[in-house]
Amino acid sequence: MKVLSLLIFFFSSLFVGETTVSTGYQPGDKATDFKLKGVDGKMVSMSDYKDAKGFIVVFTCNTCPFAVKYENRINDLAKKYKKQGYVLLAINPNDPAVQPDDTYELMQAKAKDKKFAFPYLVDEGQKIYPQYGATKTPHVFLLDKNLVVHYIGAIDDNVDDASAVKEKYLENAIAALDKGEAPSPAVTKAIGCSIKAKKKS
Amino acid sequence: MKKIYVLLFLLAGNLLLQAQEIKVYEKFDAFQKEVLKANDTIYVINFCATWCGPCIKELPHFEKLHTDNKKVKVILVSLDSRKDLEKKLIPFVKKKKITAEVLLLSDKDYNTWLPKIDKNWSGSIPATLILMGKQQLFAETDFESYEQLNTFVTSFIHPNN
Repeated sequence: MKVLSLLIFFFSSLFVGETTVSTGYQPGDKATDFKLKGVDGKMVSMSDYKDAKGFIVVFTCNTCPFAVKYENRINDLAKKYKKQGYVLLAINPNDPAVQPDDTYELMQAKAKDKKFAFPYLVDEGQKIYPQYGATKTPHVFLLDKNLVVHYIGAIDDNVDDASAVKEKYLENAIAALDKGEAPSPAVTKAIGCSIKAKKKS
Repeated sequence: MKKIYVLLFLLAGNLLLQAQEIKVYEKFDAFQKEVLKANDTIYVINFCATWCGPCIKELPHFEKLHTDNKKVKVILVSLDSRKDLEKKLIPFVKKKKITAEVLLLSDKDYNTWLPKIDKNWSGSIPATLILMGKQQLFAETDFESYEQLNTFVTSFIHPNN
């Protein structure tokens, strides 16, 4: 009997995990705008960028090994696509009470140290990432100027070595969006650390 | 003085014998061929990494399964980077005194190989695969206790209990 109840507990916990994964945006959905505080203290919304052709929203954080390995690539993407009219916005979704490496002060230090060329925003109260359906850091969402989602997932196919990348998923998706085509793939698996949610009391 | 050298030599030899050799698979296909296609016993394959907190937490349960349950073969598949083998993975295995088999799968093209393990795998770890021939059971979750892990394994071996 004990085994059975344990089994039920186990599968019910699995089920909870699955339902949280299946929510969030799919390509074609309209994403919500936000108003989040950046490391310079200013509030940032997508509606601030009247002339943007689209938005690259990256959920990322300070110390997840995957996020760290992608830092320079994210910075390069921000610079490259700014010139083409696409705005990259990074959002740190982690609860600093669970992940002490992700406090606002440490975000400021990171942005300064790595010379981030993009707004690095705090998802205060963790209200935005669940709406997007982000689960990892890094996890990218490519939106057009009307905030319709065109691509969700990973930046490319090699976290360890930028020079060994075979498929640049995000850049290919931006190129497709720019030409008015549907990206293929429009969804990849974002590989990284799980987002650290506030502990339920 | 000579004695010290002999002692050091013996000590070094002893350490080498104790440390397990970690096999490296740089491509998923090779891992699939050698590990996933083996059908001599029930395999419990745990995907983990030295940087993954929840993985480290559940590691003792897998080590206990390895020592206590002789019906299954436990394999810990580290998804660390190839370059972290010497400076992170090997010292980690030594420090945690892991006796279950550890191997390194450093293929970073996750979007190609994750679906070959389970099409619904989002890519988070820890994740665990139980395998016997063509039968398999996959869970993208961590085990909070040995009992929970054991229940999962038992549900594979005796699905009707």
